Amino acid sequence: MDLDFSAAEDAFRAEARAWLTAHVPESPLPSLETEDGFAAHREWERTLFADRWSVVSWPEEYGGRGASILRWLIFEEEYYAAGAPGRVSQNGINLLAPTLFEHGTDEQRARVLPSMARGDVVWAQAWSEPESGSDLASLRSTAERTEGGWLLRGQKTWSSRAAFADRAFGLFRSDPAAGRPHQGLTYLMFPLDADGVTVRPIGRLDGKPAFAELFLDDVFVPDEDVIGAPGQGWRVAMSTAGNERGLTLRSPGRFTAAAERLTALWRENADPSDTALRDRVADAVIGARAYRLFAYAGASRIAAGGSIGAESSLNKVFWSELDIALHETALDLLGPYGELSDEATEAPAHGSWAEGHTFSLAGPIYAGTNEIQRDIIAERLLGLPKGRR
Amino acid sequence: MRFLLDDEQREFARSLDGMLTAADTPGAARAWAAGDTAPGRALWARLAEAGVFALAVPERHEGLGPMPLELAVACAELGRHAVPGPLVETVAAAAFLDRLDEVDRLDGLDEVDRLDGLDGFGHAGAAAEWLPRIAGGKALLSLCVPAASGPYALDPDAADAVLVVDGDTVRLAETTGPLQPSADPVRRLARPLGGTVLARGPAVAAAASHAAEVAALATAAQSLGLGRALLDRTVAYVGQRTQFGAAVGSFQAVKHRLADTLIALEFAQPLLYSAALALAEGADHASAEIAAAKVTAGEAAYAAARTALQLHGAVGYTDELDLALWIRKARPLRDAWGTPAACRARVLAR
Repeated sequence: MDLDFSAAEDAFRAEARAWLTAHVPESPLPSLETEDGFAAHREWERTLFADRWSVVSWPEEYGGRGASILRWLIFEEEYYAAGAPGRVSQNGINLLAPTLFEHGTDEQRARVLPSMARGDVVWAQAWSEPESGSDLASLRSTAERTEGGWLLRGQKTWSSRAAFADRAFGLFRSDPAAGRPHQGLTYLMFPLDADGVTVRPIGRLDGKPAFAELFLDDVFVPDEDVIGAPGQGWRVAMSTAGNERGLTLRSPGRFTAAAERLTALWRENADPSDTALRDRVADAVIGARAYRLFAYAGASRIAAGGSIGAESSLNKVFWSELDIALHETALDLLGPYGELSDEATEAPAHGSWAEGHTFSLAGPIYAGTNEIQRDIIAERLLGLPKGRR
Repeated sequence: MRFLLDDEQREFARSLDGMLTAADTPGAARAWAAGDTAPGRALWARLAEAGVFALAVPERHEGLGPMPLELAVACAELGRHAVPGPLVETVAAAAFLDRLDEVDRLDGLDEVDRLDGLDGFGHAGAAAEWLPRIAGGKALLSLCVPAASGPYALDPDAADAVLVVDGDTVRLAETTGPLQPSADPVRRLARPLGGTVLARGPAVAAAASHAAEVAALATAAQSLGLGRALLDRTVAYVGQRTQFGAAVGSFQAVKHRLADTLIALEFAQPLLYSAALALAEGADHASAEIAAAKVTAGEAAYAAARTALQLHGAVGYTDELDLALWIRKARPLRDAWGTPAACRARVLAR
């Protein structure tokens, strides 16, 4: 057992660090969750892609570097340590791409992945519906068979950045007669500017116009944009849900960097006799370290031929709670400046702590609520009997 | 990087688990609490045969160590089975004696003189006397470092020797004060008193702080194993206990507490392994890593104990159920050899 990086991995880290030092914008881009910020972040994706840093873990033919999970973890550590911008393409890269790698056709991969890697096409997700959140399999939007494809009808909601994005992917009920809710669903991709699509932005808790609901009225989707077999959408989608909860959505580097910034804030601002606050800073540092080591163990297991299944639910609960605790501690350290938003000119660190705090509160909800994750942990990892939710 | 136990380490853990499951370990713990240490010492001898104590003793004194990672793996299994006795103190005493012996051996007479010790601390002295016996399971030692462990020695009446390190002086306690029963009656505490000075000097203080690190690591490992045992037993119980016409383990309020227990233990484990690797390398960051593992495993095991008690209900509050042996140990282990507050301070120390 060891935690040593090879010379090649160290060289990879050095290369990433040097590139990031040279390219990360000196002052932060406007918020990713606004129209202007979205455009600025799309440009940043192009900058990343130009030097093959946008999708390091993908095969080279699609614009990646074929990096191992361990190298991807290294890249992410450097990325967040450098204070690089948020990733506007994250839904496509973390959710759709893994699905295409596992269930897509060569034609779909060749058509969809390079434009995603370049930031030319930014993807939004279309999972939730007004009556289907945690109970996603109860969804009602339909896909009806038509010549050469499918007609989508219904309503999707809470779709992040769909007001600015280009295309979306989601689940639709293609066989209303199927016996159980999980059956008869189909996974489809569609353009957000297609005929019959209406996008209505919804303001979020953080004041950003970055949610949207999608109204779909006979939107035609050709057969080539179905992923996996029609009717098998649940199984196809669950493979991406695992990715979202697992490592890829929230890499350890994000929390390692945040814990370091928190420690620096504490050293600058804190009253050393305030041991209650000190303990919380220590817990954030410990939590970030535990999450990083847990990821290394997972990467080692995958490298040894294993896989990560329901264990990804452990990750999801852990990082989402860590994120909140870390930001709450930062706000307490900042005292009266803690509430200043990213629009306040006097906000410390450009308001990133306040913005990060509000966003952290969403962590236990998105990517499968923590209640659902705890059910999964209890039933699949501990073997407890299924019961009513 | 391969941050996983290898097959041999896994097999070692499995074999200890099997051996302690087959032995009547709860019976030995209950006898120990009642002052009958014979079953516990018999168990101790079998653990020595399996190589547990040799992991803390260097080869030149008939051991295999020091091997902190394997020691952590073993201590987790001993914690899982709530093995009685001064396990942590014995391995920490071995680390202390080994470290002083090393100074003596490498730096020669000058250092010994400065230590103001007896004639040769090492091969002719305490290290040579005790280390082979520790490795062979023939000696139980207790160790008291008031600055790190508080004023009491664990199980001094059962121990063959009690080492006390106060500042830069180490002595062999002559006797102990009256027994101060712990809330966990398997832990028998008393003040070490009197005795002869074995050595004095900065090397003594340095060896004691090293020993305290080993003790913190071993305690963290015990906590982790203890927490896993509490979780396993509680999962089994709520799976078969029926109320309102259903297994109570099918209720969300029950499931979610157990899920949180598993999360806390799963994220403590890599901190423990990483700390053991850091200690093995003698890394500068070992102290902070051990502290992180100690507070995380200790808190996780204590939370597991509270969950175990709550989900067992009234039967969990009985002494008849062996679960009590695990529940009562969680809090003392959380606080022994580094309180949570002390550990958190060390994590941020520069």
